[in-house]
Amino acid sequence: MKIQEIQEEIVDEFAMFDDWMQRYEYMIELGKSLPLIDEQYKTEDNIIKGCQSKVWVHAELEGDKLGFTADSDAIITKGIIAILIRAFSGQKPQDIIDADTGFIDEIGLKEHLSPTRANGLVSMIKQLKLYAVAYQTQLN
Amino acid sequence: MIQTTLDIATIRKDFPILARKVNGHPLVYLDNAATSQTPKAVIDTIVDYYSRYNSNIHRGVHALSQEATDAYEQARAKLQLHFNVAKIHEIIFTSGTTHSINLVANGFASILEEGDEILVSAMEHHSNIVPWQMLSEKTGAVLRVIPMDESGDLLMDKYEQLLNERTKLVFCNHVSNALGTINPIEEIIAKAHAVGAAVLIDGAQAAAHLVADLQALDVDFYTASAHKMCGPTGVGILYGKESWLKQLPPYQGGGEMIAEVTFEKTTYADLPHKFEAGTPNICGGIAFGAALDYLQSIGFEAIAQYEDELLNYATEQLLKIEGLKIYGTARHKTSVISFNVGNLHPYDIGTILDKLGIAVRTGHHCAQPIMDFYQIPGTIRASFSFYNTREEVDILVEGIKKAVAMLS
Repeated sequence: MKIQEIQEEIVDEFAMFDDWMQRYEYMIELGKSLPLIDEQYKTEDNIIKGCQSKVWVHAELEGDKLGFTADSDAIITKGIIAILIRAFSGQKPQDIIDADTGFIDEIGLKEHLSPTRANGLVSMIKQLKLYAVAYQTQLN
Repeated sequence: MIQTTLDIATIRKDFPILARKVNGHPLVYLDNAATSQTPKAVIDTIVDYYSRYNSNIHRGVHALSQEATDAYEQARAKLQLHFNVAKIHEIIFTSGTTHSINLVANGFASILEEGDEILVSAMEHHSNIVPWQMLSEKTGAVLRVIPMDESGDLLMDKYEQLLNERTKLVFCNHVSNALGTINPIEEIIAKAHAVGAAVLIDGAQAAAHLVADLQALDVDFYTASAHKMCGPTGVGILYGKESWLKQLPPYQGGGEMIAEVTFEKTTYADLPHKFEAGTPNICGGIAFGAALDYLQSIGFEAIAQYEDELLNYATEQLLKIEGLKIYGTARHKTSVISFNVGNLHPYDIGTILDKLGIAVRTGHHCAQPIMDFYQIPGTIRASFSFYNTREEVDILVEGIKKAVAMLS
């Protein structure tokens, strides 16, 4: 599936819920399916800055596609990174670089998250895209 | 049982912000240790200043300038009276406690020598650690830490052991922002003076809850911020004994702080202007005075008593939540409760509480050394003020239970 299609799928899933509590509970649920980062990559370097909780992300090239693993010490944050990784993992770096992330607004995440956490969300997207840029350069 | 004589329902009406909703819920504001809310009397003072007599102080010949100067100096006089300060020029207006501390730290750079020692308590706010680290780097003076125990009480015997003839400065907060501990500052000051060391007490957290009699304390420096005392942000004071303030060099150069300027030499103005370079936060200073008037009209004793009742009730109710642990159980504390529930991240709980309209602080509260001491990433901090209610404590407790259920 293309990034766009996965994002639409996620938006549809979140549209089933009519209040924030259910959306949060679903997000927490998604966090449990996050492909976990290998302990060896849980280093200071792999921590995303700008989040009050710790988020580690690792990226690896599998053929011409990028695979992400991650973890967080906070449950809600883990849910957020899980959603982003579901959209980006297994995609070509160039597609990740070009991807629009407006779906975050559509699932009501951005408006429902506290300002500092929203910043953390922005940092997470930025970090995933930076990985894509780095690996795209390598592919070239 | 709540025994207070205060009419909290009426008091709440003084604070327009308390009527608002957040995320569809009535606001439950429990972040008072960060910033207290502003009563209408203070808001009116600010509006009145800008509507009627906004102008620059101390130099105009015109009526507005004179009115502004009078109001600003009146505010200083109120603060002098409140803190029982001997001389009015011992009260310096600053932008807040952080500014006040930096002013003193900067001044001591020309006094301290290599090998001198500075003592800071283990429960300091970053703003009371970083300036001294910078001072220590600049002068070669050694920074030493007064340790605390698990409950958040300073180890006074260790403090005594640390004091010696090389100790030149001791810095300690009156009340810890992260733990609520009320430190035994009388004893801290007396013991420091016995070895000839000067003492700065950071009163930022204490000033809204306790009245510090600065002459009786015989403290060398004391600081307070208006925004923690129902006043506006961006204004505070530094109290300094006249002898010290005369000895310290000016912090910033600019207007107001000079007596005479030629390109060869500048002579500095007398106190307090020597430390008040540039146009100050005039409106803020005046509003600080109005905030003090407001708090005095409620009564500091009644405030302390009621907040104590709230603290006891909240402590009791919170401890009923399974797995909840309170950090900071000192013998004497203000209405601040820092806690975690099980292994849940404070940020997760804080986020859910926000969704329920409950404002708490999460994180390290600018006191990372304390979090390192307890080996935790941070805490959730609920801090209560006299306009909070028992019902709000109940809403907090229910909110935490809801968050825990969602997150577990």
